[in-house]
Amino acid sequence: MIRATHEIHDRRRGRNFGLGLILIAFVGIVFGMTIVKVGGGQDVLGTGMINQEAGQ
Amino acid sequence: MSDTSLHSVARGAEPELKDYFALLKPRVMSLVVFTALVGLLVAPVPVHPFLIFTSVLFIALGGGASGALNMWWDADIDRIMRRTQKRPIPAGKVSEGEALGLGLALSGLAVIMLALSANIVAGALLAFTIFFYVVIYTMWLKRWTPQNIVIGGAAGAFPPMIGWAVATGGVSVESVLMFALIFIWTPPHFWALALFMKSDYDEAKVPMLTVTHGHDTTRRHILAYTVLLAVTSLALAFTSIGGPAYLACALVMNFRFLVGAWKIWKRDTAQAEADAYGEEKRFFKLSLWYLFAHFTALLVDAALRSFGIWGGLA
Repeated sequence: MIRATHEIHDRRRGRNFGLGLILIAFVGIVFGMTIVKVGGGQDVLGTGMINQEAGQ
Repeated sequence: MSDTSLHSVARGAEPELKDYFALLKPRVMSLVVFTALVGLLVAPVPVHPFLIFTSVLFIALGGGASGALNMWWDADIDRIMRRTQKRPIPAGKVSEGEALGLGLALSGLAVIMLALSANIVAGALLAFTIFFYVVIYTMWLKRWTPQNIVIGGAAGAFPPMIGWAVATGGVSVESVLMFALIFIWTPPHFWALALFMKSDYDEAKVPMLTVTHGHDTTRRHILAYTVLLAVTSLALAFTSIGGPAYLACALVMNFRFLVGAWKIWKRDTAQAEADAYGEEKRFFKLSLWYLFAHFTALLVDAALRSFGIWGGLA
C-alpha cells in the first residue's frame, strides 16, 4: 500500500532537510561564481550598486 | 511487491548526514584546506575572495571524495584495525555501495566545479590527485610495498600545488617545493606513528616498513628522510615566497626535527618499550607542528610582503 507519508519520510527527515540546505548552498555558490566570473567588476545586473560604490 | 520489501534496509540504524560527512575524512580535509589556502594566498596573483572560498571548498570536496573512495576500497582492513573500526562502513552505518557512489559523484563534481571556479590546470591537478590517492596508492601500492607511505604521501602533497595553480594557472618552482615539503615530510611522520602502532598494521597485513623490515630499518629511514626534509624546507626559504618568518621557522623546526630523528635512530626497540615509545610519540606530535608552522610562516611572509615590509629572500 502506498501512503502519502511513509515512516521512511519521518526517519529521513533530518537527512533530507540537511541535503536540501546543501543544495540551496550549492545554487548560491554557482550563482555567486557566475556573478564574479562574468561580471569581473562590471554591473551585470544593472542595479547601479557598483556605480554608486565607485562614486563614493 | 510489498511495501516492506521496498523500503527495508539491512543495516540497523538509518545513516545520518554526519555519517556521510565522516566518509569524507574531515580531519584530513582540514589539512587539505589549510595547505591549499596557503598555496593560493602566497601566489603572486590576486584572486577574488569569493573564488578563493569556492576553489578551496572544491579542493576540499575532491579530497573528501577520495577519502570516501579510500574507505570503500579499504573497508575489509578497516574492520580489522582498531584505529579504523569506528569508520562509517565498518561500523555498519553506511554501505560500501553508498560510499562508492558518493565518492565518484563528489569527485566528478569537485573537479568540474574547480575547473569552472579557477582554471583547467587546477581542475586537472585535482583529478590527478584523486586518481593518485585512490588508484595508485589505495588500490595498488598500499597493500603491496613497504614504500606505500612514501609514494602515497604525494596525494597529500598536491593541495598547495593546486592552490597555487588556482591563482597562477600553472606550476612553478615554488609550488613544486611546497609539494616536496609535504611529500618528504609524510614518511617520517607516518613511520613514527607505525613504530608505536605496529600491531594494527600487522594484523591488517598492510606492509608497513616496521612490519616488513623491522624497527631498526624504519629508524634509519626516518633519519634519512628528515635530513632530506631539512634541505627541501630550507630551499623554499630562498624562493620568491620565502622570507624572514619562514627562514626563522625552518631553522628552528628543522633543528628540533633533526634532533628528534637522531634520538629515534640512536635507540632500539628495547629502549623504546622501556619508556612506552615516548620519543617516537614526541616526534610524531612535533611532526604535526612542523608542517603547520612552515605553512603558517609562509602566510606571515606573504602578509609582510603585501604590507611592503619585506621583499623576500629571493
